[in-house]
Amino acid sequence: MSFDTGRGRRRRQVQAVRGINLDVERGEIVGLLGPNGAGKTTTLRILSTLLRPSGGQVNVCGHDVATDPREVRRRLGYVAQGGSTARRARCGDEATDRGMLYGLSRRTARTRARELFDQFDLDDLWDRPAGSLSGGQRRRLEIATALVHQPDLIVLDEPTTGLDPQSRANLWDHIRNLRAEHGATVLVTTHYLDEADALSDRLVVVDDGAIVADGTSNELKTSLDGDVLTVRVSAPEDLGRAVLCLGAMTGDRFTIEGDTVTGPLHTGTGGVAVVVRELDRHGITVSGLDVRRPTLDDVFLTLTGRSLRDAA
Amino acid sequence: MSLLRDSTVVFRRQVRLNVRNPAWILLGVAQPILYLALFAPLLRPIADQLGVTNAYTFFVPGLVVQMGLFGALYVGFGLLAEWREGVVEAERVTPASRGALLLGRLGRDVLQLGVQCLVLVGAGYAFGMKAPLSGALAGVGLALLLGAAGSALSNAVALRTRSEEIMAPLVNVVTMPVLLLSGILLPMTLGPGWLRTISDAMPVRYVVDAVRSAFSGTMSAPVIGTGLAVTLGMLGIGLIAGVRAFRREDA
Repeated sequence: MSFDTGRGRRRRQVQAVRGINLDVERGEIVGLLGPNGAGKTTTLRILSTLLRPSGGQVNVCGHDVATDPREVRRRLGYVAQGGSTARRARCGDEATDRGMLYGLSRRTARTRARELFDQFDLDDLWDRPAGSLSGGQRRRLEIATALVHQPDLIVLDEPTTGLDPQSRANLWDHIRNLRAEHGATVLVTTHYLDEADALSDRLVVVDDGAIVADGTSNELKTSLDGDVLTVRVSAPEDLGRAVLCLGAMTGDRFTIEGDTVTGPLHTGTGGVAVVVRELDRHGITVSGLDVRRPTLDDVFLTLTGRSLRDAA
Repeated sequence: MSLLRDSTVVFRRQVRLNVRNPAWILLGVAQPILYLALFAPLLRPIADQLGVTNAYTFFVPGLVVQMGLFGALYVGFGLLAEWREGVVEAERVTPASRGALLLGRLGRDVLQLGVQCLVLVGAGYAFGMKAPLSGALAGVGLALLLGAAGSALSNAVALRTRSEEIMAPLVNVVTMPVLLLSGILLPMTLGPGWLRTISDAMPVRYVVDAVRSAFSGTMSAPVIGTGLAVTLGMLGIGLIAGVRAFRREDA
């Protein structure tokens, strides 16, 4: 089927989410990992009732998002990618008002907001306008405002995008604490592998609107069966031959990256010694060798055929 | 009732944000006074031709409607700013009723317009307007209902278009003919027959007539009734469009 693309008021139908089948247990921290446009945000918008799914069944804490959106909203805390607080508003007011929209009394909302400010290291920012906060503070404020009603499920859409490394690490601690201190279930999207690795109990890799892998970070890495071999070749003109030679030897696809050749090294192929001997036999001088455990980037590459960095 | 409670939460937040902005208060009060001081003197010499004895008694009701409606039509720009900050979405993921998200904002607009209208009417009296107070207040009340309708429509358009670039010309396209054809500035009786015919098709014209009738103290029941009916009709349409815009799932 063909569609007109984005002219005038005509809309192109985009299938952002095609096959996401996901069960999240209570108290789990699940990382939804994938490149931009993979369908992560769409999935979260469906969970938070901002978007009605065109098909399929979505249950949040026992309530269907299509037939019972109000009950879903009560139990869910949504931290959007683009922010949720007005720059002119005072931080404390924003958190209190948000809590009151969830039905809390002013007093309860304020007490809980104070506790959350304390917990998120925002205590002296209560009376400051939200627009005057640093990027990391603002993000913490937005998480805190989404928690005043004590949701069972917390959904965070790329919470660390645009933050400096220190703020990111700090935010990770806070997100891990959500479960420890609130017993909440956390679903967090990211396109950073290290983040997904550091944060979540379980990783769900999505690409092009569908799940391509689901498991713990370790499971996904071991599923690759073997390590990653990187061979540094002295003469650049040998790179092509090295790819062919290693490919023939292991039966896997090796790729050129700079002055190195990289590919999987499975158990049972004889290990590094055989590789060096074979390359030497073909007159290819090896200037360096590296064997490492696979990273999630390798997992993604294997699953989708492209690197996460290229995709994003 | 949760609709009322949620509306109050939204309303208080909005008012708090506006009151913290002194420039907003100053501009809001200065605007009606400037209109009165700068435009009404132009009407004075031609008051006889208009068939009125007091230019202010004629002009202030028109200004009240203009402020009520046109001030309200621009509130959508504020909502767009909120939407860009993610506030609208954040409120939509709460269980608060969608109507409350609209009504709280309408409350803020009506409060703001009400203060402006009262300043305007007070200034009108100071300039020598002759009108019974009860009539003037009734006229302001009608204008505020119209303002609520305009504000609801403006919010609806803002959430539908999501673009200042589309909204600005749209508001201009609406306000210009309404301003000229509703007898806000000058009575339509001055114009030729064809212009009056077009004017008869402008709903706002009947509201202007009604407000003017209220200010005049004669209070013609059919004129007021028609104006009220038109206003309530527009308010109904505005509320439906506004709530639907807040309820709509977006792609």
